[in-house]
Amino acid sequence: MTEASSKIAAAGEPMEMLLNMGPQHPSTHGVFRMVLQVDGEKILDSEPHIGYLHRGSEKLCEGEQYHQVITLFDRMDYIANFNNEMVYCMAVEKLMGLTVPERAEYVRVILCELNRIASHLLFVATMGLDAGAMTPSMICFRGRERVQALFEAVSGARMMHNYFRVGGIKEDLPENFGEMVGELLPLLRADVEESDKLLTFNEIFLARLKNVGAISTEDALDYGFTGPCLRACGVDYDLRKAQPYSVYDRFEFDVPVGLDGDCWDRHYVRVQEMYESLKIVEQALEQMAEGNIASSLGRRLIRPPKGEVYVRAENPRGELGVYLVSDGTDKPYRLKVRPPSFCNLSAIRHLLRNTWIADSVVILGSLDIVLGEVDR
Amino acid sequence: MILSIPILAVSLTAVFWTLAGLLAMFTALSVVVLSLTWLERKVLGRLQRRLGPTRTGPMGLMQPIADAVKLLLKEDIVPSSSEKAIFWLAPVLVVIPAFMIWVTIPASHDAVLQNLDLGLFYITAIAVVGILGLVLAGWGSANKYGTLGGLRAAAQLISYEIPIIMVVIAVAMLAQTLNLRDIVDQQDPYPYALVQPLGLLIFFIAGLAEVGRTPFDIYFAESEIVGGPFVEYSGAHWSVFFLAEYINTFAIAALTVLLFLGGWSGPLLSGNWVVIWFLVKVYAVILVVFWIRGTFPRLRIDQLMGFAWKVMVPMSFLTIVITAVYQFYLWPPWSLTLMSSAGLVVVAYVIYRRMVGPANLVADVRARQHAQAQERALQAKANDPARGAAANAE
Repeated sequence: MTEASSKIAAAGEPMEMLLNMGPQHPSTHGVFRMVLQVDGEKILDSEPHIGYLHRGSEKLCEGEQYHQVITLFDRMDYIANFNNEMVYCMAVEKLMGLTVPERAEYVRVILCELNRIASHLLFVATMGLDAGAMTPSMICFRGRERVQALFEAVSGARMMHNYFRVGGIKEDLPENFGEMVGELLPLLRADVEESDKLLTFNEIFLARLKNVGAISTEDALDYGFTGPCLRACGVDYDLRKAQPYSVYDRFEFDVPVGLDGDCWDRHYVRVQEMYESLKIVEQALEQMAEGNIASSLGRRLIRPPKGEVYVRAENPRGELGVYLVSDGTDKPYRLKVRPPSFCNLSAIRHLLRNTWIADSVVILGSLDIVLGEVDR
Repeated sequence: MILSIPILAVSLTAVFWTLAGLLAMFTALSVVVLSLTWLERKVLGRLQRRLGPTRTGPMGLMQPIADAVKLLLKEDIVPSSSEKAIFWLAPVLVVIPAFMIWVTIPASHDAVLQNLDLGLFYITAIAVVGILGLVLAGWGSANKYGTLGGLRAAAQLISYEIPIIMVVIAVAMLAQTLNLRDIVDQQDPYPYALVQPLGLLIFFIAGLAEVGRTPFDIYFAESEIVGGPFVEYSGAHWSVFFLAEYINTFAIAALTVLLFLGGWSGPLLSGNWVVIWFLVKVYAVILVVFWIRGTFPRLRIDQLMGFAWKVMVPMSFLTIVITAVYQFYLWPPWSLTLMSSAGLVVVAYVIYRRMVGPANLVADVRARQHAQAQERALQAKANDPARGAAANAE
């Protein structure tokens, strides 16, 4: 008699089952795996497993020259490539004491904010799919496709751009960039609004997400939440405001916060952030002037002075930190990344306790992880 | 002896005609399923500003054929750990009741294989058998997702049988018959949708749940349990489930039309051409089903059950009660319309309350954000008088 069947014999005892979710599961956002201990439809406990996408990016960085490392950063958070490139470039610039030309800063900010919108659109799409709604995903992907077409016109690649450089950007924008963005923004706003109207206040969507996967502010801080997940708990913390980098202190924008820290708040904060990002792009386009796009130092083979530096920035998923140690050669001595997805994901076991199997998908989706960044 | 031969001869003819009729029904339903798959892809495409299939024939009309050929040519994988007998039996158990229902569903006064006096009773009885197939499919495939899906199917479908049966009883009370042909004839001046709108709503919603259509596609939820009972099925076996699902969707739409929308009655057409009216109405209902699929997310299993037992079942009892009162006192039909609409208002109020709740919450969030923004502006002014002054000057 096996253990399981003896449990059946004891009437009234809950019968537990282990349910393996992932790495091959449509809703684990890549190759995340969690082993759920379930009693019927209730999740009693869970065990997350990561590492299926581990490529040793941090170690690889030690073998590449400073400019080559940018390509590796493209592939960490592969949904928000520009934002990742930006943090790395900022780290090296800080190490070398480089100042970036103003035009390059504006270009970076515009591209980063557009990338944030693209990333959040993907989040809304997958959130809808996780909750069972298929149409928002089409609308969101259409918007994201538009952004990516612009990125392709700018950098030559839809996703792995390799466009930012230490001290500036690779080359100047195409001549009609202003018109392209001017055309894109109303369309993008329409897409964001359409998906927002269709999904956010849908009654079934609210029933599925509101008060599901709620986390208290203290717990969120203890788990190292950052970004929209933390702001959903009501913490007004956005590095673009709290510790302005680049030219972010020149723009007017709000930091949306939630109230309850549940899945719906995490969704709604991101939806609102898209509108804020649109505002930033509009302002940046107005303020942007002609000028240099890269500091002359950054164009050469760079050998930053000995030293170490930690730089962080607000990514779509939260605070991305880069700790960089230089030994004076043309390659980083050590590079450590603080990935926001990884820290946000660390709470998954806490969040999944005593929820339903159907909730597990929604909760995981609301954290908006990118496995390329979690595993690196 | 002389007597028995004609009887034999008659019964042989009857057998022939029955077989021919069954064949015709099977063919018609297959064509319907093909049309539905094409229609669903096209309609969903249009709802999502896509084109849908375009490459196979004009407007992608050959897409269902291509799909069918692909499905039938695929390898039919049977998991080694599955219960072979149950695994093979389950699709058959699902698809046979789906076809059997159609024996007694009339498309016009004469276009019916065998009109039964207990037609509605037969349909509700046979429709339940399909649940067994789903549970067995989940259990037999020896997969945990499959098992979960099968058990979900059992819970969901049995719960929603109750409102369906109650509404069917209410309709039978109105028409004083279980014969579908007579029920349609009874709706001559006005369809039952006008006298019993609550019944129509309950029947349609419960029907959606019964065939696992979108807000209720819980037992094979793609993003959670990856297809539920069908997760281990492939090729021809899977297509049999698919077939049954579409036939059932069509059956629910047809029953909605027959019970509430006046069946095949309509202006301009007469004779057997009224089948066109029947088809138009059924496809209209199907379009609503697809529309809902393109709009709504999926409910959770506990919300689904709560909705069934807390809203649908009491409301279906209410339909019975008001129909009984109406029948007993011989009130005019509009009184039932009023009572039924009152029920609708109750449902609408419940939904309205739930919609207003989050809207209030959002107002709350926005007020708080606004307060925060102002506070921040004040702080900025206090910290940096020059910048604050500059901001003021702007």
